Amino acid sequence: MAAGTGSGRTVSATFSPVRGWLLLPSWLVIGIFLLVPVLLMLVYSFLTKEFRGGVIWEFSLAAYDQFVFDRGLFGDDPPKIEWAYITIFVRSILQALGATVLCLLIGFPTAYFIATRPANTRAIWLFLVTIPYWVNLLIRTVSMKFLIRDNGPLNEALLAIGVIDAPLQLINTNFAVQLGLFYSYLPFMVLPIYASVERYNFALSEAASDLYAPKWTILRSILLPVVKPGIIAGCILVFVPSLGAFLAPDLLGGAKTFMIGSLIEEQFKGNAGNWPFGAAASMILLSMVLVVLLFYARAQSREQT
Amino acid sequence: MNIKTLLGSTALVLAANAAAAEGSLSLYHWFEYIPQELIEKFEAEYDVDVTMDTYDSNEALLASLKAGTLGSYDLAVPGDYMVEIMAGEGLLDAIAEGELANKGNIQPEWLDVSFDPGRMYSIPYQWGSTSFSVNRDVYAGDINSTSILFDPPAELAGKINMLDSQGEVMAMASLHLGIPQCSTDRDQLQALDALLQGASANWASFGSDIAKDVLVSGDAAAGMIYNGFSAKARAEGANIEYAYPDEGYVVWMDNVVLLKDAPNRANALLFMDFLLEPENIAAVTNYAQYAAGVTGVAEFLDPELAVMPENNPREGAGPGAFIAVCDQATQEVYDQIWTRLRS
Amino acid sequence: MNRRFDIKHYQGFLAITCLCLFILYAPLIIVMIYSFNDSASITNWGGFSLRWYADVFTGPESEKFKLAAWNSLSIAVMAATVATTVATAAAIGMIRGGQFRGKSASFALISLPIMVPEIVTAVATLIFFSTIGFKLGTLSILVAHIVFCIPFAYLPISARLQGIEASYEEAAQDLYADRWRTFRYVLMPIMWPGILSGFLLAFIISLDDFIITNFIKGAGIETLPTAIFGSVKQGIKPNIMALSTLLLLFSIALVTLSYFIGKRGQEPYPTD
Repeated sequence: MAAGTGSGRTVSATFSPVRGWLLLPSWLVIGIFLLVPVLLMLVYSFLTKEFRGGVIWEFSLAAYDQFVFDRGLFGDDPPKIEWAYITIFVRSILQALGATVLCLLIGFPTAYFIATRPANTRAIWLFLVTIPYWVNLLIRTVSMKFLIRDNGPLNEALLAIGVIDAPLQLINTNFAVQLGLFYSYLPFMVLPIYASVERYNFALSEAASDLYAPKWTILRSILLPVVKPGIIAGCILVFVPSLGAFLAPDLLGGAKTFMIGSLIEEQFKGNAGNWPFGAAASMILLSMVLVVLLFYARAQSREQT
Repeated sequence: MNIKTLLGSTALVLAANAAAAEGSLSLYHWFEYIPQELIEKFEAEYDVDVTMDTYDSNEALLASLKAGTLGSYDLAVPGDYMVEIMAGEGLLDAIAEGELANKGNIQPEWLDVSFDPGRMYSIPYQWGSTSFSVNRDVYAGDINSTSILFDPPAELAGKINMLDSQGEVMAMASLHLGIPQCSTDRDQLQALDALLQGASANWASFGSDIAKDVLVSGDAAAGMIYNGFSAKARAEGANIEYAYPDEGYVVWMDNVVLLKDAPNRANALLFMDFLLEPENIAAVTNYAQYAAGVTGVAEFLDPELAVMPENNPREGAGPGAFIAVCDQATQEVYDQIWTRLRS
Repeated sequence: MNRRFDIKHYQGFLAITCLCLFILYAPLIIVMIYSFNDSASITNWGGFSLRWYADVFTGPESEKFKLAAWNSLSIAVMAATVATTVATAAAIGMIRGGQFRGKSASFALISLPIMVPEIVTAVATLIFFSTIGFKLGTLSILVAHIVFCIPFAYLPISARLQGIEASYEEAAQDLYADRWRTFRYVLMPIMWPGILSGFLLAFIISLDDFIITNFIKGAGIETLPTAIFGSVKQGIKPNIMALSTLLLLFSIALVTLSYFIGKRGQEPYPTD
């Protein structure tokens, strides 16, 4: 919304002499309390693990080595590939992808539908979709757990209808984790797609229809390419948090099937106490996220040329 | 809201947090292990403000203290082997002779223990056993063998909860295989690893603080559990039976320790003396359903505690074993096995 | 030109939207229903009752929750205030500072807390505090909250500022107003809905945070989410459901408030 009758410029240099001072607080706060800690964590991943928790300030590649190589139970077998951690990473990626696809399948039609409502009801639909987002993630995960446990309401309803004979084992499975992730991040998919579709000019669709294009072709060939930035934004907003999640695997998966987040948490709060290893796992997770974001940034800039 | 109000309320909050430091006690305790009424009794008697944080395993306690919370808590309640480990790591503060007025109340058999000779750092809290319980509605066969956990019958497969505690799981596994704890024999360690990795396919979850809830709600049909916690589950309606396996089971004693750099050392000693009075520790026993290590509690205990199956091992049960502290090399192997198990 | 069909309509999208809403609300509604359950069991309905709501305020755990709620609210207010101030300054610097080297680096830095996965932030912050010996407590939580609130406050503020023409400030400066007065009397009143939106967003984000707070909170300090987590791990009790419902209603109230503030901001600005 641009107000006023001036030149219309909104990015200007009216405060440029003091911009250094204006940006200083954010640089200081985020620099000292986030950037430095992340760099420190990078350093920690190259240190030696202290027995029973903590670090010794000695350089060591043991943490990263532990990821890649399986040197046997006693550390002196010839190195084989360590499949356990690779499995965890692959599992996390697959779970995050699964959650993203589920969110897309349900979120895209929803966002489209809302964006095509009359302007005055749109706000209400949007409101309805965003309210669950404002509920604490913990509570959302827990309420999902409550819903699908063996003698929970879902199983009871299914039993009552007669669709099944015995309660479905839903809790403590991979599916439960996926469901939890999907449930937690669904609004993140709907909102960016909504924003994109809302800006779409439906005159394009009308023109195509005048040229006898069938509706689904219009969707695929005309709407989707225009709305793509919103879809990609939504996918990233679901994929990235799902990758590092540990509440869903902990509460819904029975703390048995680890994802990256649970692996990291176990190193610092749980029984394992291997700080450099936890730091290394965090660095690997961070790198994966940065790669995804880099692709996104590159795709964005290519769109704009 | 103007600036002045904001600054004022900020100052108030910071002051409130600081003001609580006078006459306070910071307790680091297990979940669901002390009745709220007892804390309130102490608070009223000594005009001390008690705050309590919880952990769900000995290892988590150690991890937290090493991660930087040492110096924020006065007292913690580690298990026997963890007292030894913590003392070795320099996390405990010694209690001088005469500082504890009620030290004489400690039962003689718990006075000079292997994990804290002469009770330099700790006092007894509760002792009990860890084994497992089975839901009799699901499985009616013989449950007195560790095979229930490591090689379960079909009715229980996939419905077993294990404690999220490395010490206890490894100890039970060693008992099942009949090998010594903290063995340095490579073949035995390999066997231990193989057993655990194979058995985990039958386990539904790992959780200590949910151990009672999963049995009550039916999410698990069998699970590792502490004896008193199992009695509580039974009281809440679970049709479970606590097992005393032929191969043996874990016994433990939890102890209150004085932490190094305790911010309220004097109040901490007061609380320890408080817990050495038979009437008070009996309240804990009645609540948690274990057993105390203090003389003179008998008259204050609930009568059913004496006859409860969870407090009376059956004839022919295997030996109760304390968890052993491993040397560094073996502990590293144990850590490896555990991390692989959880992933 | 009339159409025989609505170009925007697609078969089945309404159904999927309803499914979406159903999935989003079903667990929450079930929790709400059971919060009125008279029986302590979570699987059997015992009759309608408000006892769990009373229990939240007066029951055995109520002290703990009240303290946790107080902690959460006070930390959220302080963190949101500081974050909003920092974010406002940063927005003005970025959008009214012209072009300068380091502008994209500044933007990357401001967005950093959103990009980094929460668990990584939690771990890095813990390691950092532990290395420099910063005692964990309310202050450590506050500092960590300020950091991740800044980008959330920044988003609505910068969006708002980008919609305001620079001509007002230029006019003020032509009239010899210094920069502070330009900001205080010209820019800030117009930006106000954005600043307030940013504050509310930061407030809710701080109130809600669990993962980071859980990692770095000190002894005896609980925020509402960590207190709920501790309670929930021991089993989902009806008083937790009552508490969750209360939080849900509180969040709805805040979002509605934020919405109306946003609407006010879209009113046409007087041009005379």
